[in-house]
Amino acid sequence: MTPPLFEIDALQVAVEDKQIVNGLSLTLRPGEVHAIMGPNGSGKSTLANSLMGHPRYTIHGGDIRLEGESVVELAPDERARLGLFLAFQYPTDIPGVSMINFLRRAMSARRGEEIPVREFRQVLNEILGRLQMDEQFVRRYVNDGFSGGEKKRAEILQLGLLEPKVAVMDETDSGLDIDALRIVSEGINTFHSDDNAILLITHYQRILRYVQPDHVHVLIDGRIVESGDASLAERLERDGYEPFMAPAKEEVLTS
Amino acid sequence: MTTPASEAPVTPRSEYEFGFHDDVEALVKLPKGLSHEVVNTISDIKDEPEWMRKLRLKALDHFNARPMPEWGGELGDIDFNDIHYYVRATDRDESDWEDVPDYIKDTYDKLGIPEAEKQGLLAGVGAQYDSEVVYHNIREDLEEKGVLFLGTDQALREYPDLVKEYFTTVIPPNDNKFAALNTAVWSGGSFIYVPPGVNVDIPLQAYFRINSEDMGQFERTLIIADEGSQVHYVEGCTAPIYSSDSLHSAVVEIVCKPGSNVRYTTIQNWSNNVYNLVTKRATAYQDAVMTWVDGNLGSKLTMKYPAVYLMEPGAHGEVLSIASAGQGQHQDAGAKIVHAAPNTTSVITSKSLSMDGGRSTYRGLLKVYDGADGCRSNVRCDALMLDEHSRSDTYPVMEIDEKRVDIGHEATVSKVGDEQLFYLMARGLSEAEATKMIVNGFVEPIIKSLPLEYAVEMNRLIELQMEGAIG
Ligand SMILES: Nc1ncnc2c1ncn2[C@@H]1O[C@H](COP(=O)(O)OP(=O)(O)O)[C@@H](O)[C@H]1O
Ligand SMILES: [Mg+2]
Repeated sequence: MTPPLFEIDALQVAVEDKQIVNGLSLTLRPGEVHAIMGPNGSGKSTLANSLMGHPRYTIHGGDIRLEGESVVELAPDERARLGLFLAFQYPTDIPGVSMINFLRRAMSARRGEEIPVREFRQVLNEILGRLQMDEQFVRRYVNDGFSGGEKKRAEILQLGLLEPKVAVMDETDSGLDIDALRIVSEGINTFHSDDNAILLITHYQRILRYVQPDHVHVLIDGRIVESGDASLAERLERDGYEPFMAPAKEEVLTS
Repeated sequence: MTTPASEAPVTPRSEYEFGFHDDVEALVKLPKGLSHEVVNTISDIKDEPEWMRKLRLKALDHFNARPMPEWGGELGDIDFNDIHYYVRATDRDESDWEDVPDYIKDTYDKLGIPEAEKQGLLAGVGAQYDSEVVYHNIREDLEEKGVLFLGTDQALREYPDLVKEYFTTVIPPNDNKFAALNTAVWSGGSFIYVPPGVNVDIPLQAYFRINSEDMGQFERTLIIADEGSQVHYVEGCTAPIYSSDSLHSAVVEIVCKPGSNVRYTTIQNWSNNVYNLVTKRATAYQDAVMTWVDGNLGSKLTMKYPAVYLMEPGAHGEVLSIASAGQGQHQDAGAKIVHAAPNTTSVITSKSLSMDGGRSTYRGLLKVYDGADGCRSNVRCDALMLDEHSRSDTYPVMEIDEKRVDIGHEATVSKVGDEQLFYLMARGLSEAEATKMIVNGFVEPIIKSLPLEYAVEMNRLIELQMEGAIG
C-alpha cells in the first residue's frame, strides 16, 4: 500500500476550554477522496480550522502529519507552503486588497519564489475560464461584497492556483444553487489527481454525486462514529443523522 | 557638536531615512527665545511693509495672552524660550537650481526632489530650508499665463497688494495659539495665484526641510485660485534627527473663488522629535471644490485638522486623511468642515493606524449653520490598531443647526483581525506580509486618490514604519 499522505492521529481539539474534537483519527492516501459528514455543531469546522492551525483552536492531544512529518507545531503559513489547503466555510473579506494581488502573493509564497506575471496571468485566466468567472472578478477586493456563490468559487480558484497536496474543503457545497454546485464540483475534480488527496467536509450528500468519495465518515460530537464507502452517504441521505446520534438522545431522556 | 543620528534617544527606530543633517553654519540665526525684539528683527531682516510688522507684533500679543490648548496632545514639554525662531542658511531665493548652495542641493538630491521636476512630473517646485525659501521655479508656459508660484516673502516684496488683500483673511491672527505664533514669526512658505480659468494641469510641489537643531519652522502658505481655475499643490516635509525637539507650526490659507478646484496634498514625514502643529483652512465659494489630502506619518506630535468653510451654494469640501502613529508618536489629526451656505456638500474620509505603542486620534468637526438647507455630508473614519499596546480614539463632533440636511456618519475602530490574518496565512503569507497586506488594504481608499508617485511614496513610508513595528 502507498504510504499515507495525510494522517490525523487521535486528535483532540478544544475551543475556549470546551472539548470539541474527541480523539479523531483518519488516514488519507494519495489519490483518495474522503468525505466527512456530520450534522450542524458536530465539530466539522473546528476540525478543519485546527488542521490549518487556527490560533483559536487548541490541539491538546494527538498529531497531524503531512507526508509523515508532524505539522502541529507549525504556523498556518508554514502548513500552507508545505501543501495543506483549507477551503473556508465562511471566507473572510479583506477590503482594499485586490484578489489579483492577493492571489499572486499566495501563489508566490506556495512556490517559494516570485511567479512571473505572464505565467501567473495565463494560469489565472485558464482557471477563471473553467470556473466560468469573469476576468474582472479578480479586480475586486478579497471576498468583499461577494455573494455566497462567488465566495465558494473564489475558494476553488485558489485551490486550482495553489495546487496543494491535501485540500480540506469545509462545506464548500452549502449555499450553492445546482449550476454553481456543478461548476464548483468540476473545479474540485479537475484539481484532483493521483498525487493529492481531498477531505470533503459536508452536511449534505448532494455534492457526493459529483465528487465521488472513496470513503465516507460520519462525525458526531467530534468523533467518527461510522466509516464506510459511498453507500454510507446514501444511507445518511435516506435515514438522516438520527440513527447515529443515540447517545445524545439518551442524555436528553435521562436529564 | 550635534548628536549623531544613530545615538538620538528620542527616535528609537533607526529606519527614519532622512535623519542626516548638514553641518554648515547658518548665515543668520537669531538667539533663542521669543520677544517683541525678535519679531522686530525678523521684520527688519525681511525689510517688510509696516502693516506686516504691526500684524506680527499684535499676533505675538495674542500668542502670549492665550493659554496652551488643553485638548489634543501633550504640549507641556515645548519650551518656547529654547527655540531659534529664525534661521537663514543662504541669502537668496534662487530660481536656478545650479545657484543653490551645494550642501543644500545635496540634501535635496538625497531626498530626490529636483529629480521629479527634471522628469517633468511637476509644474513647479519650491524648496524651503529652515526659515527661508531657497529655490522656486515654475514652468514657463504657466508663468506666461500669469500663474504665480513663489516664496511668500518674495510675494510680499513683489506683489504687496495681492498679499495684503488675502493675508489672515482665512485664518485670523488670533484664531488659535499656534496660528498666532505663526503670524508673529512667519517666514517662508509658498504663495500661489492662479488667474481665472487657468488650469495648472500637473502638481506644483514644495519641499520643507528643517536642518538646524532647536529651531522652529513657521512657514506661511497662501493660495488664491481665481474663478474657474484649477491647481494641485503638494508639500513634503522631513527633518534630521536631533536629541532635542523642533517645532513646526505652519499656517496655510486657501481661497477658492467660484468654480475653482484646488487640491492640497501633504505627505508629512518629520522625524520623531518634531512637534507639528499646523493650521490649514480653505474658504470655498460658489461651486468651488476644495480637497485636502493629508498624510501624517512622522513627528512626535501632530495636531492638524484641515478645514473647509463652504461659503456659497454649490461649494464642495473634501478631506482625505491618513495618519500612522508608531512608537513614541501621537497623531492627533482630522478634519473640519463648515457648511455656511445651502446646498453645499462635503466628504471626510479618515484612516488612522497605530502600532508599536503609538497613538492616533481622529478629531473632526462637522458644522451646519441654521439656514444651510439641502446640505449633504458624509463622514467616515476608521482606525486600525496593529497590536494591544497601541491606542486609537475618535472624537467626531457634529453641530447640525439645520434640519433639512442629509448627513451620513460611520466610525470604526478595529484591531487587525485574527480571521483576516488567518485567512491570508492559510494561503502561505507570513504574518508580517499578511499584516502589511491588511494595512495596505485599509489605507487603499485614500492611497488611490493620490497621484501615482505619491501613492507609491506613501505606501513605502507606511511599510517602513511597519517594519519597525512588526519586525
Ligand atoms: N470560536 C468558537 N467559540 C466557541 N465555541 C465554538 C467556536 N467554534 C465552534 N464552537 C462550538 O463548537 C461546536 C462545533 O462547532 P463547529 O465546529 O462550527 O461545527 P460544524 O462546523 O460541524 O457545524 C459548536 O458547539 C460550537 O458552538
Ligand atoms: Mg461548519
